[in-house]
Amino acid sequence: MAVVFERPHALTDKVFSYCPGCPHGIVHRLVAETIDELGIEGRTIGISPVGCSVTAYDFFACDMVEAAHGRAPAVATGIKRARPDNIVFTYQGDGDLAAIGMAETVHAATRGENITVIFINNAIYGMTGGQMAPTTLPGQITQTTPYGRDVKAAGYPIRVCELLSTLDGVSFAQRVTIDTVKNVRNAKKAIKKAFKNQVEGKGYSIVEVVSACPTNWGLTPNEALQWLRDNMLPYYPLGVYKDLYPDEGGAE
Amino acid sequence: MAEKVLMKGNEALAEAAICAGCHHFFGYPITPQTELAAYMAKKMPKIGGTYLQAESELASINMVLGAAAAGVRAMTSTSSPGLSLMTEGISYIAGCDLPALIVNVQRGGPGLGGIQPSQADYYQATKATGHGDFQLIVLAPSTVQEMVDMVFLAFELGEKYRMPAMLFSDGLLGQMMEPVVLPEPGQVKIADKPWAVTGHGGKRFHNIINSLYLEPDLLEKTVRERYERYAAVERDEQRCEEFMVDDADIVLVAYGASSRICRSAVVSARAEGIKVGLIRPITVWPFPNDAIKKAATHAKAFLSVEMSMGQMIDDIRLALNGSVPAYFYGRTGGMIPSPAEVLGEIKKIKEGM
Amino acid sequence: MRTDLNLVLAGFGGQGLLFAGKVTAYAGLVEGREISWLPSYGPEMRGGTANCSVCVSDEPIGSPLVLTPNALIAMNLPSFDKFIDTVVPGGVALIDSTMVSAKTNRTDITAIYVPATKLADDNGLSGLANIILLGRLYKELGFCSEEALDKGLAKCVPASKAAMLDANRKALKLGMEQP
Repeated sequence: MAVVFERPHALTDKVFSYCPGCPHGIVHRLVAETIDELGIEGRTIGISPVGCSVTAYDFFACDMVEAAHGRAPAVATGIKRARPDNIVFTYQGDGDLAAIGMAETVHAATRGENITVIFINNAIYGMTGGQMAPTTLPGQITQTTPYGRDVKAAGYPIRVCELLSTLDGVSFAQRVTIDTVKNVRNAKKAIKKAFKNQVEGKGYSIVEVVSACPTNWGLTPNEALQWLRDNMLPYYPLGVYKDLYPDEGGAE
Repeated sequence: MAEKVLMKGNEALAEAAICAGCHHFFGYPITPQTELAAYMAKKMPKIGGTYLQAESELASINMVLGAAAAGVRAMTSTSSPGLSLMTEGISYIAGCDLPALIVNVQRGGPGLGGIQPSQADYYQATKATGHGDFQLIVLAPSTVQEMVDMVFLAFELGEKYRMPAMLFSDGLLGQMMEPVVLPEPGQVKIADKPWAVTGHGGKRFHNIINSLYLEPDLLEKTVRERYERYAAVERDEQRCEEFMVDDADIVLVAYGASSRICRSAVVSARAEGIKVGLIRPITVWPFPNDAIKKAATHAKAFLSVEMSMGQMIDDIRLALNGSVPAYFYGRTGGMIPSPAEVLGEIKKIKEGM
Repeated sequence: MRTDLNLVLAGFGGQGLLFAGKVTAYAGLVEGREISWLPSYGPEMRGGTANCSVCVSDEPIGSPLVLTPNALIAMNLPSFDKFIDTVVPGGVALIDSTMVSAKTNRTDITAIYVPATKLADDNGLSGLANIILLGRLYKELGFCSEEALDKGLAKCVPASKAAMLDANRKALKLGMEQP
């Protein structure tokens, strides 16, 4: 019997610990498929963040390091400088990447570190139980913005791709989402390009995945995807924000 | 033997680190360790190594973590306020059982403090260099030559026990020039690191460098195992230098810069017929408890001399456990005690005996 | 046993005091003695006062910070004011009288006034007042052999400025000739 679908080799047999309907599993799979297709599992080193995907080190079959909150780009820098021939990626959420780790993010980007950053933006802190994230939308209710995010008090959300695209060190920055099959396929293309760039020495690549958190948003998985379409995508438009090598696949 | 050259402590340390096979340096500018980073910036590109000026000490220590996880000898250097920022990363490095070298060229504190030499980070280095149960090996050089020699020792011990090591210096040692013999190149023995993340190459299961244990019993077990290693370090790696201790009535205890001043004071006191000796901790963690206890069998008093308000005195008293009185003399804020001041304290103790 | 040299060199940044200190230290090193050189550092290096301590001894150096020098080179008024009273009785103070018009009323030290900056300018040795003063100090104390002093000088002049070595030697000699 022909095998038409199987678990990517770059994922371990460990069962995901994510909530039902959480898109982390989808993005993990896309990253793992990419690693398989590029044939780089044996030389890839991943860095998991602090947040829901903290235990991603158990799920990816490549060598893994668990970083302190926000410090994944610094850890990745250390690894990449020590082992430039290895493929190094970080997998980070919005609090990790854009709040506590913003300095590390911006500076790894502006140095043009030849690494790949997978950024999950779901507008909330998941692991600690649903607090305001740097990407929480104006008016959005969270545990720490119980009356909705008041921009006068809590400031505005940060658009990471737009911000990083101003830096000369960035090679590739694209925002994608995973709400439909078509968008999942497009996300895969972006992730693959972000890894391929590194393999080819093309520099810092980031893929921002607009994602959902049904549990902390208090919605069913389907409602959450609809909320994402209605609220997240208008604030965080999909698209390519920076691409120094536009003719070489990925972006759509 | 190689020729003696005049070098600043900071520069000699940097050169020694390169000789010791450390080709990855990550740091952030701060006085008075600047020459160390500047030396690395000049040398590393020429040997194909890494000098990276990070955006902060938070970043530089985590870069060290990454490079150490990848199996290479990696280091950073900073001074007191910067070390405070690094404590997060140092805790993770310890929690991940990684060897790495951290240099603290101490200056006066707290807060922004000052830029003159100090020893006020003793508690931080030996008791709480970050959150959680852990220790670093802390080596305290007192000469430029020792700054060179201890770099090798720090890497070797760190790799042997899989823990971070600190070179505990200060602005005086970092800035001063003394004659020094640099090591011959080559002859570096770097430990095998089968645990490192290097890419598994399809040849083994994936390596994970991690300090997270969500099951408390597993975390306890991991920490207990780590403490068994710490116990071995405390048993086997206590180092100190004893100067005229054998017949001493009064034993001074001082490390680093203040130990040099105490040595002068001992010589002056002996010239006046006062039986004084000096125990100079070379490792401040593990603290040389055994030497203190041994000296306590004949000494009538101990005097801790520090460039702080009195921190190491606690460890001396713990070692003495009430058997012999221990006194303290210190200057702080960047002030350096003079041999005459220390001699004055010795005489006060002598009179009270 | 040779006597210890505990030297403080003080003046403005840029007057070459750290350099003169280093020459002294290297001369001691050439003779196989224990030495230390400790600069003041930090903001005071930038335009303010600069000073350094040099110890040369046959015994291991305790504190490298010289608080009570037996030799002082002072090249500006603030340094003269700050350090002249720290010189131990019987010690020597070399003062650049071009830069410092004040005189000490201490009689327990040997105070020597040399118009070093003017001498340097008049002899085409601008910027080498430091070495002129060092030469005069050497004449007074003979803290090492002349050969060692010359080797110390050669060690301290970087290869890229080899042409400066002769000028430094001239300055040293000029200093030794001063009354």
